[in-house]
Amino acid sequence: MNEIATGITQAIDLIVTLNPDVLHIAALSVYVSLAATLLAACISIPLGGLIHFREFHGKQTLILIIQTLYSVPTVVVGLILYLLLSRSGPLGFFGLLFTPEGMILGQMVLIIPITTGLVISALSGVDRNISDTLVSLGATEFQGIVQIVKEARLAILSAVILAFGRAISEVGVAMMIGGNIAGQTRVLTTAIALQTGMGEFGFSIALGIILLAIALVIVVAMNLITSGLSSEHQKVLGGPRS
Amino acid sequence: MIRITALTRQVGKQKILDEIDLEIRRGEIFTLIGPSGSGKTTLLRLIDLLDRPTSGKISFDGQDTAGTEQERLSIRRRMGMVFQKPAVLNVSVGENVAFGLKFRGTDREQIPRRVTSALELVGLSGFEERKAITLSGGEMQRVAIARAMVTDPEVLLLDEPTANLDPVSSEIIEDLLININNDLHTTIILATHDMIQGQRLAHRMGVIMDGRLAQVGTLHDIFYQPKGNKVAKFVGIDTILRGVVQSNERGLATIALDDASFEVVTPCPPGKTVALYIRPEEVTISIPESGARKTSARNQLVGTITKLVSLGPFIRVTVDCGKPITALITTRSCGELGLSIGTSVIASVKASAIHVRAEPA
Repeated sequence: MNEIATGITQAIDLIVTLNPDVLHIAALSVYVSLAATLLAACISIPLGGLIHFREFHGKQTLILIIQTLYSVPTVVVGLILYLLLSRSGPLGFFGLLFTPEGMILGQMVLIIPITTGLVISALSGVDRNISDTLVSLGATEFQGIVQIVKEARLAILSAVILAFGRAISEVGVAMMIGGNIAGQTRVLTTAIALQTGMGEFGFSIALGIILLAIALVIVVAMNLITSGLSSEHQKVLGGPRS
Repeated sequence: MIRITALTRQVGKQKILDEIDLEIRRGEIFTLIGPSGSGKTTLLRLIDLLDRPTSGKISFDGQDTAGTEQERLSIRRRMGMVFQKPAVLNVSVGENVAFGLKFRGTDREQIPRRVTSALELVGLSGFEERKAITLSGGEMQRVAIARAMVTDPEVLLLDEPTANLDPVSSEIIEDLLININNDLHTTIILATHDMIQGQRLAHRMGVIMDGRLAQVGTLHDIFYQPKGNKVAKFVGIDTILRGVVQSNERGLATIALDDASFEVVTPCPPGKTVALYIRPEEVTISIPESGARKTSARNQLVGTITKLVSLGPFIRVTVDCGKPITALITTRSCGELGLSIGTSVIASVKASAIHVRAEPA
């Protein structure tokens, strides 16, 4: 009981005084996960678009596999990438193991299934009439995909934010690919794991609070975007018709 | 303009369209009528090159449409289509209308002017900045028409454009289509299940039944000389009787039914089995005791009323004269005659008002 109280006091102190170690760890976490999320989105949105719009053999199976990978254990991704990226592995010459870039790659692999799968569902949620309408208006395949993606922007944005949440809160990839090297690849989750093991509860609690604060920021941002976009409908002269 | 030959569309084992042959002429309003599920939408989608037929051919302005996607796109860009449920994108009305121009790479400077004039065409001037999804159903459908017309298409295809609209909005759309055809000479192909709308707009009509084109012709052809019982039923002919021609004197024939005979105008020779089609509005009803009411109708049948169906200002009366004969009379005259179920009446039809169709031997 006493340990928790001291831990919390210590944590507040670390945050309020802007402890450089804490700040560095938090900043690296945000950098790695944000980069992974944005890169994953750049791949997933066009990929999801193609899978949605093209008719091909095995489409349903592919979607099933993608959805299964939503819940792939982070340590499995870590293991596979470790084998690929280690000095003797096939991709060892990139020298990505134990670097932030390697962690970005790992988190991308982790969240691409989520973003791709959710982009496909988001696009499927757009009225089929709309794609017919776009084609009949003379859209090329590419013009059509761009418009449908715009139409589904809200759902796609939610998918991306959700993916960021998964990236910043995972431990497996960050630990196995990053290696938890102080000042280089140590992020919020790996630091909490380590400090707790060492009995440094104050530090762990401080990082935990920051992680939760980031989650809160994400949720608030998502709500703002959602309500912003839906109130767009009402910004019209005279408001909505009944 | 558009020539369709032996067009078939099959999904699985089901033939949705079966060997359609049809020619659409430049500048006409052609309506496809038929009950729901008869294949109208499928045909329009094939014409707009949204789907590919299982077999058969569509040529557009002499050019075959079975080519590559690129070729089909350039032909498709000469047409505009309006769907039954207007799909407006979640952007402003102006942006919705501008899509076709943007897709075609129209000069950006020109777009606002052309959007404005397309909105003017459909009577929605000044709606550019509104959010499209806040419009009423009728307004949305007009935006859809403006969106299809903004690129000056040669052919405008419409699939049940008023099916979900109230009568006033429907009439606005109908007037609009007539104006577009008159002023811009756009060829219009309209699918509808609504007979009245079909006849109001069309120069020519095609009746689709179960995936087959049952009849193509002018309004008069289809309304008064339907080919076959299904078409007749669909165009509102309730009374269809079969009989054999007994005699024919210079075109005035006597047709014998099981227990009655009709005099009709037809060239059919004696001995021929024929179907008689009687439109309900051609049948007049009178009361036998009301004295010798002068009537020029050659056919007068006595019967009892078995059914009265109110259609607002009109009442559909079914009279059992051995065969059921249906008449359409005004609600006012129904009241004046004091008609009710069981009343004995005379149903009269002029010899010239009965359409006779020889049955295949």
